[in-house]
Amino acid sequence: MAIDIKMPALSPTMEEGTLAKWLVKEGDSVKSGDIMAEIETDKATMEFEAVDEGTVTKILVAEGTDGVKVGTVILQLAGEGEEAGSADSAGAAATKDDSPRGDAPADEQKKSDTVEDSAHPAQEKVDTGARQLFEAAAHKSEVSDPDVPAGTEMVKQTVREALRDAMAEEMRADARVFVMGEEVAQYQGAYKVTQGLLDEFGDKRVIDTPITEYGFAGVGTGAAMGGLKPIVEFMTFNFAMQAIDHIINSAAKTNYMSGGQMRCPIVFRGPNGAASRVGAQHSQNYGPWYASVPGLIVIAPYDAADAKGLLKAAIRSQDPVVFLENELLYGRSFEVPKLDDWVLPIGKARVMRQGKDVTIVSYSIGVGLALEAAEKLAGEGVDAEVIDLRTLRPLDTKTVLKSLAKTNRLVVVEEGWPTCSIASEIAAVVMEQGFDDLDAPVLRVTNEDVPLPYAANLEKLALISADKIVATVKKVTYRK
Amino acid sequence: MAKAPARSPAIAGDTPPADPMKTNRERPSDPRPYEASKEELLKFYEDMLLIRRFEEKAGQLYGLGLIGGFCHLYIGQEAVAVGLQSALTEADSVITGYRDHGHMLLCGIPPTDVMAELTGRQAGISKGKGGSMHMFSVEHKFYGGHGIVGAQVSLGAGLAFKHKYSEDGGVCLAYFGDGAANQGQVYEAFNMAELWKLPIIFVIENNQYAMGTSVNRASSEDQLYKRGESFRIPGLQIDGMDVLAARGAAEEALAWVRAGKGPIILEMKTYRYRGHSMSDPAKYRSRDEVQAVRDKSDPIEAVKRTLSETHGAKEEDFKAIEQRIRKQVNEAADFAESTPEPEPAELYTDVLVEKY
Repeated sequence: MAIDIKMPALSPTMEEGTLAKWLVKEGDSVKSGDIMAEIETDKATMEFEAVDEGTVTKILVAEGTDGVKVGTVILQLAGEGEEAGSADSAGAAATKDDSPRGDAPADEQKKSDTVEDSAHPAQEKVDTGARQLFEAAAHKSEVSDPDVPAGTEMVKQTVREALRDAMAEEMRADARVFVMGEEVAQYQGAYKVTQGLLDEFGDKRVIDTPITEYGFAGVGTGAAMGGLKPIVEFMTFNFAMQAIDHIINSAAKTNYMSGGQMRCPIVFRGPNGAASRVGAQHSQNYGPWYASVPGLIVIAPYDAADAKGLLKAAIRSQDPVVFLENELLYGRSFEVPKLDDWVLPIGKARVMRQGKDVTIVSYSIGVGLALEAAEKLAGEGVDAEVIDLRTLRPLDTKTVLKSLAKTNRLVVVEEGWPTCSIASEIAAVVMEQGFDDLDAPVLRVTNEDVPLPYAANLEKLALISADKIVATVKKVTYRK
Repeated sequence: MAKAPARSPAIAGDTPPADPMKTNRERPSDPRPYEASKEELLKFYEDMLLIRRFEEKAGQLYGLGLIGGFCHLYIGQEAVAVGLQSALTEADSVITGYRDHGHMLLCGIPPTDVMAELTGRQAGISKGKGGSMHMFSVEHKFYGGHGIVGAQVSLGAGLAFKHKYSEDGGVCLAYFGDGAANQGQVYEAFNMAELWKLPIIFVIENNQYAMGTSVNRASSEDQLYKRGESFRIPGLQIDGMDVLAARGAAEEALAWVRAGKGPIILEMKTYRYRGHSMSDPAKYRSRDEVQAVRDKSDPIEAVKRTLSETHGAKEEDFKAIEQRIRKQVNEAADFAESTPEPEPAELYTDVLVEKY
């Protein structure tokens, strides 16, 4: 009986891919471990391995086909030496592939060309917390950025491409700029953010480091003290905890301790926050940690235009910048202004949606959920204004307070822990400077105060969601 | 150079294995003591004396409450920095830990600017905002002055990276102590420095005590010059109480690094006479131990002897130098005591370079 082989999801954000090449043809017999096809994801070309033994009876998707949805049957195998209809093996294979958890692709694939990815929210409709975050990130700003000149042509670009272009443009403009980190050069970036940079700039300026975060953060910081402009990529900010001494003690304090004579113009960048099913040690938002440190600039963009404009600003800054990206957003596409030099001001929040009943403040991936919640609330007659902080330090409290003065109600949404968070900080600022504008207490929607669990259901419970935002907004607007 | 102690039991077999540390790759030559002219020797003497008198004065001001916080004196170790830094050119950079006053003076930073920083005054090199452990001068290519043990090693590798990247011909001299030599990031920096052939000299100032813990109590391999072996970085062990040995080592190390052979380690065996910091009662060693070093190995006395015995220097020559140095140090101290503290508004300056 035929075994259906389906298009696998090879990255957490993959919903479709290109069947680049078949390495087997009809009539071939395959065994476990044989490479059957090459499949292109948004980041990389991956080899697709057989897990079952059998004979290829039918290739259902021709090579070169774009946009093959995850889960589409691409090939059929006949189990070797078995009668058609043998319940046993067919049952096993089919159950495996059809299981709602859809583990099969993870087992079948050989991840030869990409990161140790997080789970696969796209491949199955399992309702995880990260999936909610990821899907909400389809939401675009409803207000055009005032920094974009009227009439500017917009092009669609992923956050990943926007970040890469920002680095490439700044490297072309300034010979002092270089990139260093784990897998940034030959591997083209663990998350493919530095794709193509090695080819263009060579190994003098795109430098693979050993897995030594403390050491290379120090090397980068020292190079910045010497007058270069390093971009240090951390594979994730979880690993930057080993380097936090240099980020804070060496980079952030240098200018002050030297009475303003020694600069440290460096960008520390990489993914931050929860990804998908990667567990407690790989899922943490360090925004509040770094934002508490004087001497640092901390940026956490949501969409691709901000990612590009703010990363370029970060690289140009004379100050040390912590640039917090989000893995779930890398593959998301947004409109980016087609300008020769798109640079955004650091320290300016952005109104993403205008409203009059309540202000929802967020940043990074929380913005997508805030926009989704605002849509839902609109259906219930609540007109929410959504603000993307974009920069966490210095915080644009002016924009927040101005919005509060209009709506008189405020909810802060943060994909991170509640204690000593950006949300707590906003609440404190509002108490100090916006108390008279408040018609209700400021409420926070944050992750639960626990290490992020692995189990899909628990992870979902721990993370923020649009429904939690809606429920909280109803509280401050006193609606049922 | 000290012989490596035989630590591991002999492996069965007739022929002892060849010492891989000697045979598997090119090694720097054992450095020869520098042959200094009388003028050069006098300069070494004067530089060492400046550091000693400066540090004694700093100790005094600390006792008077004019210097606060942590204050680590370099007394006893003068030959290391004087010998090494006398070989540097203007292209080279220096970075060290918190025992940094001496290194700064040798970079050409005026004693007034350093002393005023120690007293926390506006005229200090860091406008009074850095203090003893956090001083820098980009102008003089002195990059700190770092308070976190071992941080300067990775940062120094970064400075060396800059030298190589911008092809400015410079070498970074990165000092750290026997205590820092046990920090993990030191080895991360060693690995990258050799991997990328960075122009850096790692100088381990082994003054025998990491705060109060002797090298033997803290280091499984106490021959610290060997610490680079796993990274293929050669090391030399040098008498750090002898300024000519130090200068000779610097010549050898600079030649090695400038030839593009990558980093090198200099373990400078030295001794600090004072406590780890001003608040250290130094109960971990005996008075006799300190006195014995002072009597037998003092680096300044040694040069003085050579000058008088070999070069015919007279007592009045030394007196003239002593007077000149004392005057310079007293002026620095007077300035540091009388120059004003930072304006309150300075509290908020220099946090960031740009406005946002």
